[in-house]
Amino acid sequence: MDKKIYSREEVQAIANSIRKQILGIALKTGGCYLAQACSSAEIVASLYTKVMNLGPSEGLWEPIPFPGVPGPDNMDYPKGMMYNGAPAPDKDRFFVSCCHYASVIYCALAATGRISPDCMDKFNVDGWNMEMIGAEHSPGFENTAGSLGQTISIAGGTAHARKRRGDTGKCYVMLGDGELQEGQTWECIQAAGHYKLDNLIIVIDANDQQVEGQIENQMTEEPLIDRFRSFGAECVSVNGHDIDAFCEAFNTPHEGKPLVVIGRTRGTTGIPPLEKRWPFLHFVRIGKDEKEEFQKIYDAM
Amino acid sequence: MKIEVNTHEKNILRLAEEHPEVVVLSADLGTSCEVKKFRQVYPDRYFTMGIAEQNMVSWAAGLAREGYRPFIHTFAVFEYRRVLDQVEMSVAYPNLPVVFVGFVPGITTPGGVSHQSINDVAVMRSVPNMAIFDVGDATDIDSVLDIAYAYNGPVYIRQLRKEVPRLFPANEPMVFNRARELSRGDDVLILSSSICTEEAMRATAVLKERGISVGHMHVTTLKPFTDPTIVEAIERAKYGVITIENHLDIGGLGSATADMIAEHGLGKKLIKIGLKGYAHGASKMYLMEKYGINAMNLVNAVETLTGKELNIKKEDLEEVRFVDFLEV
Repeated sequence: MDKKIYSREEVQAIANSIRKQILGIALKTGGCYLAQACSSAEIVASLYTKVMNLGPSEGLWEPIPFPGVPGPDNMDYPKGMMYNGAPAPDKDRFFVSCCHYASVIYCALAATGRISPDCMDKFNVDGWNMEMIGAEHSPGFENTAGSLGQTISIAGGTAHARKRRGDTGKCYVMLGDGELQEGQTWECIQAAGHYKLDNLIIVIDANDQQVEGQIENQMTEEPLIDRFRSFGAECVSVNGHDIDAFCEAFNTPHEGKPLVVIGRTRGTTGIPPLEKRWPFLHFVRIGKDEKEEFQKIYDAM
Repeated sequence: MKIEVNTHEKNILRLAEEHPEVVVLSADLGTSCEVKKFRQVYPDRYFTMGIAEQNMVSWAAGLAREGYRPFIHTFAVFEYRRVLDQVEMSVAYPNLPVVFVGFVPGITTPGGVSHQSINDVAVMRSVPNMAIFDVGDATDIDSVLDIAYAYNGPVYIRQLRKEVPRLFPANEPMVFNRARELSRGDDVLILSSSICTEEAMRATAVLKERGISVGHMHVTTLKPFTDPTIVEAIERAKYGVITIENHLDIGGLGSATADMIAEHGLGKKLIKIGLKGYAHGASKMYLMEKYGINAMNLVNAVETLTGKELNIKKEDLEEVRFVDFLEV
């Protein structure tokens, strides 16, 4: 089967559907990681459709009950990574470090035909694999990323192994910007630069917010481009809602170096009433008195 | 007693020769962890990760996911304290075959509290999927890498370096989850691990002369800790059990033994010899005596359990083998 070529409009439609579905969850359950969907919708939609070279999903079509904790007697459980296609030398791999974005990943998988369009019925349902914060068994996830700063290193080790093996496929890892405050992130960039891992691509949803507020009011991170470059990576920064610009950023030459693509985003995109609360949008609750306002936006989407 | 030198250095080279997917990761302490020669022989399989242990552990997880067999080399203390979250989330939860080769365990370093892994067994025992081996002699060192390689999951090794005695026959390798019976007796059972086994052997020789029927087992596999031969030996011990370890007396061999006694309803008294708290920087022999992790204190414990005065003096115990660790 030939790989589908997505137009910019189709990618935008997927991004819109991600926002809509997750707003729907917030309306239904009273709250979820909505701002992360608003900030990353174009980024994740672009990655799955235009940026990454993934094989067809090998994951189960429908969600399954939690398949158990990995262990000596449970290593053959269905892996979340299989939804990104079976690993192959020429195929890319996708590591999601910002695993609070699990709902975004599930919706993107559904919108690109990698899992049942009804999968979100099992989202965050007790006993199922579609957990709110994803882990190895969750569709689209390679690893357990909830403790920040580790996934980039796991992706680094994987990229190191693949480069030694001569694989042509790349390792993409998606991070939030708050996570860049973890020291391990910089330990990894330093090592990836040292080992010249130009097959490691780091994608950042820089929505300028973290749990306690705006980034610069918690811990200064800028100048990010200079920081990444001085640690041994190539780095570009683009508007993360501009699908063309974002996809084009991956063509930046980075021979012998990992590439960092910073997508500058806003966690209120597509849902203007969230502006009132920005930057306190880590977990968005929709109160009874606000429901009508958000319902109208949902209906118009 | 034969003293062997740099046994791990030879063994990791042999393992690497047999298994091309074996790689070594170091955080700037490889030369202190007997992999200097490995780096010379296999420069392409020796990954310097800088003084950055957290990234090293997660990086190893990535390598293991791709079929490599990473053997992380640094001091034991840096493989559990500052990297516990990476050990748990990057390696242990997904049950990846990463081997943590931890050097200068417990008080075998004069480096002081920052270098002494005194609660590593306690911490690592509580990490699901993790196996733990605590080597005590050159024969243990000969065998432990193969056992770690064959284990389906992550492994933590408390490794000894440089001059190490060969206490056990070279042709009788350690067996996974099996203690090594060094003496059989019905009065008391001594369970020892790491450098304490040599101490216990000195004590048991004299105890036997004084008419004590003493059982003695050397324990290398600290997790899992389900060896039925240990259960049987505990059952035989009329007066009770003594554990002696190069570790805190909480959470290590002593606590594992207490669990076993309780879980099997054996109802035996237990004396746990180990560190009571943080130590400080000094020679191994000095620290063992200072903190009572030695043959004399074992004798005292036997007297306590049996209620017998044995009149054993320090000079009665076989002369102390003075091999110490001078380098940090």
